[in-house]
Amino acid sequence: MVKNGSDILVEALVEQGVDTIFGYPGGAVLNIYDALYKNSDRIRHILTAHEQGAAHAADGYARSTGKVGVCLATSGPGATNLVTGIATAYMDSIPMVAITGNVGTSLIGRDSFQEVYIAGITMPITKHNFVVRHVEELAATIRDAFRIASSGRPGPVLIDIPKDVTSAECEYIPAGKAEVTETYEVTTEQLETVAAMIAQSERPMIYYGGGVETANAGAALQKLMQKADIPSAHTMMAIGCIPDTEPLSLGLVGMHGTVSAAWAVERSDLLICIGARFSDRVATNPRRFAPKAKIIHIDIDAAEINKNIGVDYSVVSDAENFLEALLPHVTEAKHTEWRAQIAEWRKTLDYVPKDDDSVIHPHQLLRTLYDMIGDDAIVATDVGQHQLWSAQYNRCRKVRHFLTSGGLGTMGFGYGAAMGAQVAFPDKTVVHITGDGSFHMNLNELCTSVTYGLPIITIIMNNNVLGNVRQWQTMFYGRRYSQTDLYRKTDYIKLAEAFGGRGYRVTNIAELRAALSGALEQRTGPVLIDCRIDKDERVLPMIPAGGTVDDIVAD
Amino acid sequence: MEKYILSVTVQNNAGVLARVSSLFGRRGYNIDSLTVSATTDPKVSRMSIIVQGDEPILEQIIKQLLKLEEVQRVDHLQEDESCCSELVFVKMRAENANERDAIRQLCSLYAAHIVESTGQTMIIELSEVPSRIDAFLDVISNFEIIEMSRSGVTAIEK
Repeated sequence: MVKNGSDILVEALVEQGVDTIFGYPGGAVLNIYDALYKNSDRIRHILTAHEQGAAHAADGYARSTGKVGVCLATSGPGATNLVTGIATAYMDSIPMVAITGNVGTSLIGRDSFQEVYIAGITMPITKHNFVVRHVEELAATIRDAFRIASSGRPGPVLIDIPKDVTSAECEYIPAGKAEVTETYEVTTEQLETVAAMIAQSERPMIYYGGGVETANAGAALQKLMQKADIPSAHTMMAIGCIPDTEPLSLGLVGMHGTVSAAWAVERSDLLICIGARFSDRVATNPRRFAPKAKIIHIDIDAAEINKNIGVDYSVVSDAENFLEALLPHVTEAKHTEWRAQIAEWRKTLDYVPKDDDSVIHPHQLLRTLYDMIGDDAIVATDVGQHQLWSAQYNRCRKVRHFLTSGGLGTMGFGYGAAMGAQVAFPDKTVVHITGDGSFHMNLNELCTSVTYGLPIITIIMNNNVLGNVRQWQTMFYGRRYSQTDLYRKTDYIKLAEAFGGRGYRVTNIAELRAALSGALEQRTGPVLIDCRIDKDERVLPMIPAGGTVDDIVAD
Repeated sequence: MEKYILSVTVQNNAGVLARVSSLFGRRGYNIDSLTVSATTDPKVSRMSIIVQGDEPILEQIIKQLLKLEEVQRVDHLQEDESCCSELVFVKMRAENANERDAIRQLCSLYAAHIVESTGQTMIIELSEVPSRIDAFLDVISNFEIIEMSRSGVTAIEK
């Protein structure tokens, strides 16, 4: 049947299983919004306060569901406001399709009103992007975009559609969802090589990342760990893949990981990296990372092999496929001495913060929070000390329940991500953990939660400083606190109320409990809980950038 | 730093050159030359790229190129196992007969053509593998080179 570009866009989105999009209207997308108006029963559009919020919401929707998140913005500033959100998704390999309108094709290249070359701007932060110049290409382009976003190593794809293409008509031929069927061939030789390396190892160690979450390979990984008696540590992107109750799990690895994990990597004779990329936040010193170990790297992206550090053996595969295939080849083993050594490190070296109920220490705040919200709650964080503490003291037992900007480190990510997760899972508890610095970046989105009745609980770890930068200034810049003291007078209770939500201020754990129970019971809209913490609280332990286990700071 | 020749077939779409050069820019790879030319298939173009680096960088460049949606194939060509050639024009100052004779002798040694000769200058054309062009430029550097233009390499596997 003959349809215009905007109707084709809607049809093609529905075809891909899209039922929710996050966006903001404008001149270049008027036709698209007209089609959305007519199709509001098929696609739910969530109007955010700012396009950046829409991009982070689409990202949070994708992270929490595993589906492709979709955001929509107009040309020019609408499109550029998506950029941080797209880059955030790109760095963390999150499937997203960003759709932007553009000025009509006759106006392109003339510096027309609200014209920007968003395809050029987003080239280095998308898996691929498209400018649709003819309506006849539109449906196929959308199908391609979803295939690219969700295949292999996922990532964002941008589709830029000039305004005249959204009104031009052509024949639309329906098609099914773009099914991504990929198989990564792992040979018996590869499996036997890996199994032999494991069998020969006396001190094996696994380090895994977001690839395990994407492939939903946590259970298979845990089976491998248990069968071959291999301890593991994970990156911030893999929280929840394996329950932290697993005795072989040493927790977070890297700059703010556990000391025992750092020593286990340092002393291992075999390091198996699965779905991670030796980033500078894990391999703080790439020349001296796992110096005694042979390294095996399993990743879906061939370009990650030997990118940051040279490895001894590699297999290009998704984590689930590889691990399931590997398991029968691996012989059962016990590494009694190695496990005893690690147990000793855990007992003597791991950092244990001190409790004090009269104030709010971050670890106590988080322990209380995680206790009260249970295993089924989704946590979204911003970026800074609160994020690192949330990761260190996390109790997440499920994948896709801890949403954080690991690669780009985007302050202001959390609220949008929480909205995306809450829209996807209206009945779940969604908690946004933030700091007063990050929260100020995108707090405008509170209005969105009020409009849609999203009962997101925001925990503000309020220390009135930019704590993480300040911590570096304390440790490495002679306490010269350049621009990290905020001197702000924001009243978060009034702020919440002004937007139409509720706010609490708490100064000890008992008050926090009371405020949280109130928030968990009355799920009518957003709640802010302003938690006062001391500005000198530090994230410990820490391996400084470029450092090794020899440089760990733990007090 | 080694030099490597890559022959890259890409979909002939608007923006594909920008995508490839953006990749090199953001990852900090050094390009010596890059040429884009037509193939027998109008939907496909060939890029011949000379990059500088070492083996690990070369491996990264090839893998990163293959991740681009519009890149179909990447071949690392060896100079001796492929036909590869580059064109150079050199404008020399040659104001007396001695200079002109000496330049003519060098040109015949390298099979370079003198495409224009005035009382003051000579323009030389040479089509050769990049290493021979480098060698030729080296020997004529004893004379004054006013201007030079190299085309970048184009190559095909034998």
